[in-house]
Amino acid sequence: MDLLYDTLFNGLAIGSVLVLAALGLAVVFGLMGVINMAHGELMMLGAYTTYVVQNLFKNGPLEGLFPIYILVAIPLAFLVSGLAGLLLEKTVIRRLYGRPLETLLATWGVSLILQQFVRSVSSAFVVGLVVAVALGLVAPRLWPSSWAQRRWTPLLAVATWLFSGLIGIILASGLGGIRVLDQPWFSARNLDVTAPLWLRGSVDFGGVNMPTARLFIVALTAIALVAVHCFLQKSVWGIRIRAVTQNRSMSDCLGIPTETVDALTFLVGSGLAGVAGVAVTLLGSVGPNLGGNYIVDCFMVVVLGGVGKLLGTVVAALGIGVLSYVIGSGSLLLLWPAMPAGLNELITFFATTSMAKVLVFALIVLFLQFRPAGLFPQKGRLVEA
Amino acid sequence: MAKFRTWLPWLLLVAAALVLPAILPPFRLNLLGRFLSLGIVALGIDLIWGFTGMLSLGQGIFFALGGYAIGMHLQLLSLAPGELPEFFGLYGVKQLPAFWQPFQSFVFTGLCIWVLPALVAGVLGYLVFRNRIKGVYFSILTQAALLVFFNFFNGQQKLINGTNGLKTDTARIFGELVGSDAMQRNLFWLTVVLVMAAWLLCRWLTRGRFGDALIAIRDDEPRLRFTGYNPTAYKTLVFAIAGAMAGVSGALYTVQSGIVSPQYMAVPFSIEMVIWVAVGGRGTLIGAVLGAVLINYAKSLVSEQLPETWLFIQGGLFLLVVTALPDGLVGWWRQGGPRHIQAMVGWPPLAPTYPGLDLDPAAQAERQAFSSDVPPGGAP
Repeated sequence: MDLLYDTLFNGLAIGSVLVLAALGLAVVFGLMGVINMAHGELMMLGAYTTYVVQNLFKNGPLEGLFPIYILVAIPLAFLVSGLAGLLLEKTVIRRLYGRPLETLLATWGVSLILQQFVRSVSSAFVVGLVVAVALGLVAPRLWPSSWAQRRWTPLLAVATWLFSGLIGIILASGLGGIRVLDQPWFSARNLDVTAPLWLRGSVDFGGVNMPTARLFIVALTAIALVAVHCFLQKSVWGIRIRAVTQNRSMSDCLGIPTETVDALTFLVGSGLAGVAGVAVTLLGSVGPNLGGNYIVDCFMVVVLGGVGKLLGTVVAALGIGVLSYVIGSGSLLLLWPAMPAGLNELITFFATTSMAKVLVFALIVLFLQFRPAGLFPQKGRLVEA
Repeated sequence: MAKFRTWLPWLLLVAAALVLPAILPPFRLNLLGRFLSLGIVALGIDLIWGFTGMLSLGQGIFFALGGYAIGMHLQLLSLAPGELPEFFGLYGVKQLPAFWQPFQSFVFTGLCIWVLPALVAGVLGYLVFRNRIKGVYFSILTQAALLVFFNFFNGQQKLINGTNGLKTDTARIFGELVGSDAMQRNLFWLTVVLVMAAWLLCRWLTRGRFGDALIAIRDDEPRLRFTGYNPTAYKTLVFAIAGAMAGVSGALYTVQSGIVSPQYMAVPFSIEMVIWVAVGGRGTLIGAVLGAVLINYAKSLVSEQLPETWLFIQGGLFLLVVTALPDGLVGWWRQGGPRHIQAMVGWPPLAPTYPGLDLDPAAQAERQAFSSDVPPGGAP
C-alpha cells in the first residue's frame, strides 16, 4: 500500500511541474491560438534567474537570508520571463496575428536565439547588444524629418539596423579582447542550483517518504493554480481575457482593448513559465537545453486538455505525469508481482522513461480518435477557422 | 526558340552534374550530394505545407525510416552467411531479429525505402485527418510522433543499436566500398537524377486537378468539403507521398554521410527542414530545393568558421523569413522583388498601364499605325 502511495506521490510531483509549465502555454493558446515554441526557453530564463538569485544570496550581505532565497526568486523569475515574453509579443507575435503556423516558426527561431544567448552571453556581448539596439532605435530620430517619407526610407531603416548591428559586433569583439569582459556568464555547461536546507530533507508521512522539494513544487503549483483561477474569474482583466478567448471580434466591438489583453495574457503566461523554471531547478541542473525537455510534453497537455478550461490542463498534465511515471518506473510490476508472463514482459519493455513516452503518446492518439477536441472542449458551435 | 528556352535549364543542369565531379574536391562534392538529397525531403514538405497548408514538424520520422532501411541492408550485405552485424555482439544478441531478415534482399530494401515511410505516414495521417485535426494541432502531433520515434530508436540497443546508429560507409555495393570516392560520385549522380524525378513528380501533381484540390484545401477546406470532395483522402495521400519522398531522401543522405542514427529524428532537424522550404519559397517547387542546398551550404560554412553564431543566424532566418519574406526568395523574385528595390533606390522601372495590352507586340504595332494615321489635334 505504501508503495502505491509512493508511486502516486512521485507521479503527482512530476505531473505538477507539468501543470505549472503547461498552464501559461494553455492560457496563451486558448486566447490567441498561438503555440509558443519559445515557452521552454522562457522556463529556462526563469531557471537561470533562480541561479543568479542563489548566487547573490550565497555570499555577501544577504548570506543570512539564504534559506528564503527561493521566495525571492519566484517573483523575480516571473518578472524576467514575463518581460521577455512581453517583448516577444510586442516585436514578433503581434505582427503575425492570424497566422498560427508562421508564429510557431518565428517563436522557434526565438527559442534558438535564446538558447545560444545564454550560452554565449558575456559582459562584452551585452555591451555590444545594448549599444546596437540603442543605436538602431535612436538613429532614426536624428534623421531630418523630410527623410521619413522618401522612396528609399525602408532601405534606410534596414541599413540603419545593419550598421548598428555591425557597430555592436565590432564593439563586442573589441571588448572581447579583455579577459574579464569576455568571460561567459553561464557558458554552455549545466549549472547546479543549491536548494536551501529545508528543501533538501524529506517528510515521513504515514510511512511514505516525501522529499520536501517535491512537496514544495506541489504546493507552488496549487498556489499558482488558485492565483490564476482567481485572476481569470474575479479580476476585471480576467473577465476581459475570458471574453476575448470566447469571441475576439465581439469583444473588440464591445470596447475591450484586445491588443492590451493579448499583451497582458502573454506576460502572465510567460511569467508562469518563469515560475515553472524555478520549480525545475529543484529537480535537476540548469542548462541551455532545459526547455526542450519539457516543451513537447507541455504541447501534449494542451492538446489533451482542450482549450479554454484550466481544469482540462490540470487533469491532462497530472494524467500524463502520473501515467508516465507509473509506466516508466515499472512500479506496476512491484504492485502486482503475480502478473501473467506476457503482460509482465510487455510492461518491462516499456519500463524506461523514453519508452513510457512512446506508450503515453500512443494512448493520447488513441484518445483523440474519440475526443478530437481534447478532454474538455469548449461548448457551443465551433467555427472552423 | 521557345522550345530551346524550356530545355535550357535541363541542359545546364546535366552539364553541371557532369562537370562538377571533375572540378570539386571529393569532400565538397559529397556535401553537395548530401544537400541535394535533402532537397527531396524539402520538396515533400513543400507539397504538404506550401500547397496543402499542413505544417508537419515530423518529417524526420520518414527521413530516418528510409535511412534505417538502407542502413540495415548495407549492414547485412557485407556479412558472410551466418554472421551477425558487429554491434549485436555488444548486447549479447545471438540471433538476427526477425524484422532484419527481409533486408537481406536488395529488392525488398529498395521498396522499403519509400513504401515503409509512405505507409507510416499514411496511417498516421489518416488517424489525424479523419478527426479533422489540423493547423497547429497537427503540427504538435507530428512533433510528438517524432519524439516518440526518436525515443524508440534511441532506446532499443538490442534491435537497432540505439544511440550509436548504423554505419554504412564500410559496406560494399557491387564490390565497391560505399565510402570510396568513385562510389560517392555515382551516388551524387543518382541524387541529381532522383532530385529531378522528384521535382517532375511534384510538378505533375501540382499542375493538374489534384494540385487544385490541394490548394483548395490550403485556402478553404470547409468549402472544398461542402463542394462534395473528401479532403481526408487528398490529405492522407499527399502526406504519404511526402513521406515516401522523405524516405528516399533519407536513404540517399545516409549512404552519402556514412551513418544513420536517431539524430535524424531529433526535433530541431525536422523544424530545420521546414525553414529550408520557407527560405526558398513555399509553393514554389524550385524554391524548396534551392533553399535546402543554400541553407545547408551556409550552415556548413558558418559552422566551420564561427560555430557559436550559427544558432543566432538560424534563429534570425526564422524570424526574417516569416516577417519580411513570407514567400521566400523565389516567391520574392517572382513577385518583382528586385524591381521594388530598384524603385526604392530611385530608378523605378516603367510600369505598363495595361500589361496585357501594352506588352503585346500586335497591339503595339496597331497603336503605332493608328497614331501615325491620326495627327495630333484629332479628326476634322
